Amino acid sequence: MKKKTILTRRELIISGLTTIGGLMLPGCGKKLPPTYGNILRMGDNFTYVAQRALLPGQSMAKEYQQSDISSFPATGTTNPANKSNQYYSEAWDRFHHNEFANWGLSVEGRVARPKSYSLAELQNFPSRTQITRHTCEEGWTAIAEWTGVPVGKVLEHAGILPTARYVNFYAYDGFMECIDMLDAFHPQTILAYGMNGKNLPVPHGAPVRLRVEKQVGYKSVKYLQRIVVTDEFVDVGDTGWSWYVGM
Amino acid sequence: MPKKSIFIYNGNQLLFPMMSNPTSNPQNIRHKPWVKVTHWIITLSFLALTLSGFIILMCHPRLYWGEAGNDLTPALFELPVSRNYKHGGWENTTAFYDKAGSPVSASRTYEIFNQNGWGRSLHFLSAWFLVITGLMYLFAGFFTGHFRKQLWPGPGEFSAKSVRLDLINHFRKKFPTSTGDSKYGLLQKITYLKVIFFLLPLVAMTGMTMSPAITAAYPFLLKIFFGAQSARTIHFFASFALVIFLIIHVVMVIRSGFKQQMRSMTIGK
Repeated sequence: MKKKTILTRRELIISGLTTIGGLMLPGCGKKLPPTYGNILRMGDNFTYVAQRALLPGQSMAKEYQQSDISSFPATGTTNPANKSNQYYSEAWDRFHHNEFANWGLSVEGRVARPKSYSLAELQNFPSRTQITRHTCEEGWTAIAEWTGVPVGKVLEHAGILPTARYVNFYAYDGFMECIDMLDAFHPQTILAYGMNGKNLPVPHGAPVRLRVEKQVGYKSVKYLQRIVVTDEFVDVGDTGWSWYVGM
Repeated sequence: MPKKSIFIYNGNQLLFPMMSNPTSNPQNIRHKPWVKVTHWIITLSFLALTLSGFIILMCHPRLYWGEAGNDLTPALFELPVSRNYKHGGWENTTAFYDKAGSPVSASRTYEIFNQNGWGRSLHFLSAWFLVITGLMYLFAGFFTGHFRKQLWPGPGEFSAKSVRLDLINHFRKKFPTSTGDSKYGLLQKITYLKVIFFLLPLVAMTGMTMSPAITAAYPFLLKIFFGAQSARTIHFFASFALVIFLIIHVVMVIRSGFKQQMRSMTIGK
């Protein structure tokens, strides 16, 4: 008996595969982060490609009112001057003793004018203040007001080269996170030196931390040391954590 | 059993003649190949989502309402599902502002249970399988008339009386109460419709409302679910309801003839 169907099974499978192929297509021209043969990392890359293809480019994360500001736990490294902690940093400890007077953020790699920016120099850029929600991978959220300079402004000042594809942020506590150009030049991606109207407190990453509002909290590294712009993805091995966490 | 109650006349045929209706015999149930394939992909995705979802919940077993929620704010409720439950490993709090009731900060001193590295990646990988297969199933279901013919209650079929009857039959362990041309009984249809058109879309949408990138693009998600933490709480309850459905579904499969039901959903022709 002939079944009356508008879509046959074969057509359904073909159209399904075509849809998936269509989602993958925008990523084919570019090299994606390595997967190490791990199916979980393949899924992460699929999410990255799909979100870049399907979501409008530079939409803004929701910004809140002063009255929405909430309590905010400090997790991960909360004091790099703590000698008993594995993330102890002697260099950061020295800067902290000097109230970060001779601290500097080095911007290097694929930029025309590599330079170390002092805290005062960063604060002399036009600033941006935003009240946003921090989404931790653990499951909690917190709202705070951040003040800083958009990463894009600093990169433009340093003369970022047109071949650049990734921006890598190295921190004094040993962490490193990397974002692509879309997130790096997002207006809400800032180098924050102020939190809730005061200098950024030590547990939250003094003197300057990164804020990447369209990804999960762990991309927003604290205790910044240097920024390295690269053409290629810097392969640090499989950390066991997704590189892209816009979710 | 009272004979009168198991027959209903819907205008042109007798419904609920349980023992005499040929399609009520699980031996005769036929599922279309696309139903079988999507059924099992969705089953596997759902199991992986439940496992990884529980791992993720174990990392922060506190649920909240609104946009912000963390260890320094009050929870709706807490679940004793890991060593993170009420761990209390916090330094003294410091206030952000010099005023009463100011939000505070505190540094965590406790080494929490956290397997989210693989937990979250597995969750989103299986979510892709569920969403893509689910969408293909929905398209096929609409275009082939599967939903209309098999799942949507026929004219006169859906009434308080017939729901009550089917319920009574279930309590009497008379399960395959198939109606009309459909393979499914009335309660079964209502349950499947709720799962397909309410619970699964709800769990997917509340899941996406926890994503910073997706809510930046579609801020209405935060509005309709009352915030990111409310979405997480609704996500938890919707998942819980789906797990209850899965348990009942498996119990019904076993009680209505496990071997035959498994055959008809797999190799049976």
